[in-house]
Amino acid sequence: MNILNFKFTSQPVDVTMKEVICGVVGSGNLEILVSSITDNEHSEFIINTSVTGFDHIWEAVIQEFVNRYAVGGLQFEINDMGATPAVVSLRLSQAINILEGEAHE
Amino acid sequence: MKANMNEKVWDTQKTRRLTKLNAAKDKGLNKLVPNDRAIELLETVIIREDKVCIEGNNQKQADFLSECLSQCNPKVLNDLHILQSVLALPSHIDIFEKGIASKVDFSFSGPQALRLANLVQQQKIHIGSIHTYLELYGRYFIDLTPNVCLITAHSADANGNLYTGPNTEDTPAIVEATAFKSGIVIAQVNELVDNVPRVDIPADWVDFFIVAPKPNYIEPLFTRDPAQITDVQILMAMMVIKGIYAPYQIKRLNHGIGFNTAAIELLLPTYGEELNLKGKICTNWALNPHPTMIPAIESGFVESIHSFGSEVGMDDYIQERPDIFFTGSDGNMRSNRAFSQTAGLYACDLFIGSTLQIDLQGNSSTATVDRIAGFGGAPNMGSDPHGRRHSSYGYLKAGQEATDGRVIKGRKLVVQLVETFRENMNSVFVEELDAWQLQEKMGSDFPPIMIYGDDVTHIVTEEGIANLLLCRTPEEREQAIRGVAGYTSIGMQRDHEKVEELRARKIIQRPEDLGIDISKANRDLLAAKSVKDLVKWSNGTYAPPSRFRNW
Repeated sequence: MNILNFKFTSQPVDVTMKEVICGVVGSGNLEILVSSITDNEHSEFIINTSVTGFDHIWEAVIQEFVNRYAVGGLQFEINDMGATPAVVSLRLSQAINILEGEAHE
Repeated sequence: MKANMNEKVWDTQKTRRLTKLNAAKDKGLNKLVPNDRAIELLETVIIREDKVCIEGNNQKQADFLSECLSQCNPKVLNDLHILQSVLALPSHIDIFEKGIASKVDFSFSGPQALRLANLVQQQKIHIGSIHTYLELYGRYFIDLTPNVCLITAHSADANGNLYTGPNTEDTPAIVEATAFKSGIVIAQVNELVDNVPRVDIPADWVDFFIVAPKPNYIEPLFTRDPAQITDVQILMAMMVIKGIYAPYQIKRLNHGIGFNTAAIELLLPTYGEELNLKGKICTNWALNPHPTMIPAIESGFVESIHSFGSEVGMDDYIQERPDIFFTGSDGNMRSNRAFSQTAGLYACDLFIGSTLQIDLQGNSSTATVDRIAGFGGAPNMGSDPHGRRHSSYGYLKAGQEATDGRVIKGRKLVVQLVETFRENMNSVFVEELDAWQLQEKMGSDFPPIMIYGDDVTHIVTEEGIANLLLCRTPEEREQAIRGVAGYTSIGMQRDHEKVEELRARKIIQRPEDLGIDISKANRDLLAAKSVKDLVKWSNGTYAPPSRFRNW
């Protein structure tokens, strides 16, 4: 198992609920566990992946995600089962949607 | 006497035909030939260097006759020139390996692509061209007319009238070209009956017919299990419906085969309905009877479907819906590949399909190194026919977009719908198509490109839609393609500023630009989530092949 760690500067997240599970652990898919960290100027990513050799793509996908959303103070733990970047992006956006959806209720 | 010496003979083809028929007669081979004498028949009526058309496309196969031809003696029969839509069966390739045939003109070779590539490398086969279906049918009537054709039909009566049933497919085009140019028509049939339900091929166009030991092979090529559709495919389908079908009001269209378009079909009764698009999009189709169309048909989205072939398990459903499908007085469909390809080329406003590779000019191909797969009908569907004269909203709008408003003709919409990465993280977007390497191997005049870039109007990926019609320079076009190429190396090398400018001009549209809520992109949005659901939608009339039954 390959473990990747990324830390990006980000605007603080403005939602109150900070725990979410999104996606499923299955071939070509992934699971994202969102939790809070004390440092709300950064966002942390821990990626457990069965695939090696795509670190630069993970970095690009997450950089793009951090550019689009204020996610400071959140940690994303990702259990990857060979998901394509398309699935990773979709699941990350869906995790944010779930957080925001809960915030509006 | 001088005039006589120069007299030209005008009936050599008829004479040749009669010689062959007399040779068969001498051997006691009548019109109905017992199947254990099929090889003898072929060795009698086919001669060296004949052009032989073996019926076989991506669904229906004259498998018995093909098998028999492959068992002929290469000392008797050799150097044949084979014409056929699809090289699908092992026996199709055996014919070349044994030296019975040496040249082929074809369209598609999916299952035999690897063996075909090997034969090319061993120089055991010469490929004339990889044609589109219509191109090959066209050439049957110009310069590739079969001397003998081996066809398949559902049933025959004692006189040899043939009933082709729902899977008519290539039969009419092949038989017409052969029978009307002094060729010999040989049919294998599944059964002999007292009266055929309808006469699809009249007996006097048929020279010999044989009841095959078992029914002809038919592939359920158009069945997609909804259970395998992914959330990313659903997201892309939402983009197509909201970002292309709705604004262009696409009513007349063709879908390729695959899960991407199956997702669109299954979103029509849910997402399409939610967007109030019933009656406004997707009403008239050139399409095989895709089982995933059942919910859209049942929901009243669809007005008509003309088909290239049929689909295993759909016969009863089709019979129950004569307002939708083209069925005969016997109740069964008569598909026709030549007519449906023509409809797809000229009468449809949009084709959407998928591909394995796209380059920076938008050229695409499913022919990759070591696999000479060919393209089937996609290039006919996915090209803009310059001869078209009738308008529609989408055709006109696309024409206006391509020319800044002043039009003398519209544009057909040709959409490539792909995820940026295929299996094993292979990028769909490439600097150079494998087709160029393939060209060298095949020694052909041009690379086997499936859909030419200048025909493609939109590329849709999980990242968004690129509208190539609105691009004004090759550089803009390249950046538009890079702008939807995701995290492939092609996509990562985009000019971010330029891409944002293209986005401001709506040349690139992201899901959020289209007002698409991506949290809805999940399987709950599918009108049917399994094959079992499709059976339910059909009121039990759809009978899926056993391999699709898991309940």
